[in-house]
Amino acid sequence: MAEADATTRHVVVIGGGPAAHRFTEAMAARSAANPGFVVTVLGEEPHLPYDRVALSRRLVDSEDLTLGDRTLWDAPGIRYRPARRATAIDPAARTVTIEGGERLSWDELVFATGSSASVPPIPGAEKGYVYRTIEDVDFLVAEVARLRVALRRPANVVVVGGGLLGLEAAGGLQRLGGNSTIVHSGRWLMSAQLDEGAGQALGRLIEAQGIALALGTRPSEILCSPSGRVLGVALADGRQLNADLVVFSIGITPRDELARDAGLDIGPRGGIAIGDDCSSSHPGIWAIGEVAAVGGLCVGLVAPANAMAEVAADRIHGGEALFPGIDDATKLKLSGVEVASFGDALAVTEHSLEVVYADPARGLYQKIVVTGDAKTLLGGIFVGDAAPYTSLRPLLGRELPAEPGAYLSAAGAEPPAGGELPDDVQLCSCNNVSVGAVRSAVRGDHDEACTELGALKACTRAGTQCGSCVPLVKKILETELTKAGVEVSRALCEHIELSRSELFESVRILQLASFDAIMERFGRGLGCDICKPVIASILATQTSGYILDSGRGALQDTNDRALANMQKDGTYSVVPRIPGGEITPQKLKVIAEVAADFNLYTKITGGQRIDLFGARLEQLPDIWKVLVDAGFESGQAYGKSLRTVKSCVGSTWCRYGVQDAVAMAIQLELRYRGLRSPHKFKLGVSGCARECAEARGKDIGIIASELGWNLYVGGNGGYQPAHAQLLAQDLDDETLIRYIDRYLMYYIRTADRLQRTARWQEELEGGLDHVRAVVCDDSLGIADELEAAMAAHVGNYEDEWAATLRDPERLRRFRSFVNAPTTPDPAVVQVTERGQPRPARADERDTAVPLGLSIPLRPGAAAAGQAAIAQTAIAQTATSQTEGR
Amino acid sequence: MTNDDWVPLCSLDDLEPLWGEAALVGGRQVALFLLPDGSLHAVSNRCPATGSYVMSRGIVGSKGARSTIASPLHKQVYDLATGECLSSPDYLLPTYPVRVEAGIVQVALAEAA
Repeated sequence: MAEADATTRHVVVIGGGPAAHRFTEAMAARSAANPGFVVTVLGEEPHLPYDRVALSRRLVDSEDLTLGDRTLWDAPGIRYRPARRATAIDPAARTVTIEGGERLSWDELVFATGSSASVPPIPGAEKGYVYRTIEDVDFLVAEVARLRVALRRPANVVVVGGGLLGLEAAGGLQRLGGNSTIVHSGRWLMSAQLDEGAGQALGRLIEAQGIALALGTRPSEILCSPSGRVLGVALADGRQLNADLVVFSIGITPRDELARDAGLDIGPRGGIAIGDDCSSSHPGIWAIGEVAAVGGLCVGLVAPANAMAEVAADRIHGGEALFPGIDDATKLKLSGVEVASFGDALAVTEHSLEVVYADPARGLYQKIVVTGDAKTLLGGIFVGDAAPYTSLRPLLGRELPAEPGAYLSAAGAEPPAGGELPDDVQLCSCNNVSVGAVRSAVRGDHDEACTELGALKACTRAGTQCGSCVPLVKKILETELTKAGVEVSRALCEHIELSRSELFESVRILQLASFDAIMERFGRGLGCDICKPVIASILATQTSGYILDSGRGALQDTNDRALANMQKDGTYSVVPRIPGGEITPQKLKVIAEVAADFNLYTKITGGQRIDLFGARLEQLPDIWKVLVDAGFESGQAYGKSLRTVKSCVGSTWCRYGVQDAVAMAIQLELRYRGLRSPHKFKLGVSGCARECAEARGKDIGIIASELGWNLYVGGNGGYQPAHAQLLAQDLDDETLIRYIDRYLMYYIRTADRLQRTARWQEELEGGLDHVRAVVCDDSLGIADELEAAMAAHVGNYEDEWAATLRDPERLRRFRSFVNAPTTPDPAVVQVTERGQPRPARADERDTAVPLGLSIPLRPGAAAAGQAAIAQTAIAQTATSQTEGR
Repeated sequence: MTNDDWVPLCSLDDLEPLWGEAALVGGRQVALFLLPDGSLHAVSNRCPATGSYVMSRGIVGSKGARSTIASPLHKQVYDLATGECLSSPDYLLPTYPVRVEAGIVQVALAEAA
């Protein structure tokens, strides 16, 4: 969009939620063809617009919920101003006033103020909390943890409201360790969306998770101690519930106050009244999302909000778009419980028929609503098994290809195969994407063909919001690719046609033990820098031999080749293992002496150990001789293998610790040290819920609970950070280790090359639930095998550096030159900075004296020469290796 | 090329197939590679992309019929015979004539200074 000039039209959006985000995207999408708008979005919260539908994930995961591509907000002509609350509008003067007094002019004003959570007018209500914003969720997470520590027992949480949000809040708080009770005025849960049969099935599933239900009643008072601490909730039916924390989730109230004050028309039950074109009663003022009342009704769902945003953007550009009506289909998954409803779920259409399968004992309920002739689909409800939802949903209002009963999968029916969806069917209702648009993108009709799911989602935006249509998007992708004769290649490289996991299994089953044997069977050519390290890693995991012997030396990647980490100048860094970050002063001294004697740059790593930089290839054995003699072993910082197990100080010293995190960290680090895997992996152990070890940023995070250990998996820092997700709770030591054994071995067997655990478990068919089934329930029957493989690794482990130093033939690999084995690389030039050596930059190399062939300066002598630029001294201890072969 | 141009570096027995070695010739560094078919390659040890002397520590491989060496730092791949960079047109890796006389590996550096 253009920078401001006289013809620029100023659009101000009040509110920074999903509707505002979608509106801004829609404006940006039109900017190329139609510049001349400047959009200013005033967000009340201090965040960029985020995905409110996904708040329940943050309850368990503290993940980043920011919507869409952040670069949207850096585009020219678009400004996002967070934490700016609008206090008044003046429709005549066309201005909006912001808290603090600043006044903005507008040509078009868009209300996207959303709604606030309602709180019932009962005594003590001010002691309750709501579940509406990121701050609300973060507070609830912290509060449940705080109460657990303060009360020395799980917190009792009462959630008022048994609708969609209330269920999410109760489920999330339960998983965080609270004891949840849901109070709901209806006779069954989600009574606005579900019929009685479905509501009862749902109630049974929710109760099975340990969540208590108080149905058909309302709270009458929040009971507090004289000091103001919440003690319980009194109910209208005379009962009392114990409570330490009360959360209200009884509905939403549109934030229409500014519009009311300005005299705009308001709907009969609140909300800014708009027409099909999203315009309010005042020209130039629009309303979208939850604050907008269409036909007198406000809706708290994403799909209608997105549709309104598109309509408003189109209209502001002079278009003719009309709001197509409310799509209130919902699907949620509450710790494994699937609930979905769409269309005329309650069968209010005249003469409609309900085809039902109900099995209250198993918590299953499926209902399909059709017209009187049983042909046209009107709606449906699914509880416990929502498998048919994805394929039925797009057929709403159309003739079903088969008998309605054929879609009741819980009754054992199988929907007819081959029934392809017509192109004009809406696939993703959140973003209004049709089946045809997705097909066209796969084929590449207009642009480059999208042949993988990620690209297809990015390009069409299908499945990027609530995600419920992703399975269908994936299916269309596969179908179209198959039609086009495209086979998705999983080959490692030009030499190996198998994927890493296929290769791993083939090598394991055939018990192949060498590169040559593997290449003879599955490869061609000499291999390359992609397949050779993969094969080296597979052989290392399966055969546990010294990684540079038996022809495997030449397979190793840069770092493994030297058992050290190559730096930019060709020197190496050395990292001794410091299990759990625990180290004696004596051992610290040895590291200090090595660093001083070999003039190594010293830095503390993020994994609670010490990195020594600037060691030349031929120095590595001498350095490790000292370290191994002092009881150190390789830290495998160079390997695609276990790095560190980070720990907090644990219950030994800490006032808050509930378990011995350090002892557990050391035990785990010693167990998994040296284990080769598809990528590096890290563990963390925290001794209490305060999580000082930041364990959830690790591939495997272990957090102490009062009862044992909670196991989290799939965390990752780096380029794509991810918080580890809960796999199992309150484990004893033995079960914890068994689960980690299984998890790691399953990962090692099935992950792609360089795929970290986070991406692996995300892309694995069935996701985390599948991993949990394999690890905790042994659903594949391979648990014993996985544990045996890990036992073999643990039994065969040997320190790679001790093994190297024992064998002169292995030491040969650490010569600097084949014809001058102990001569330093003359091209390595270092300078001193902040009292330590570092590689010289190109512009410093000319003035620094290179580390020549015959300049064995003794330590201290260098200081006599240059001051700032000092030549690296070759320590006397470093030249003990004898010259010659 | 006269016999004076050939510099002896090491014994052929010092080389393990596919395991690169660096050699020092005057102030210059050569990377030596012995392939499984017995052929020898000598290239500059200097990584053209970074200027560090590390090529001998890269992974030997093949691309189609060509034998290759990948820089251990950023994995640019070079044709061992011609020095052509197969992953970027910006770089060229100097190559040197190499031979074995009486079990001794020799290179001629004057050729490609």
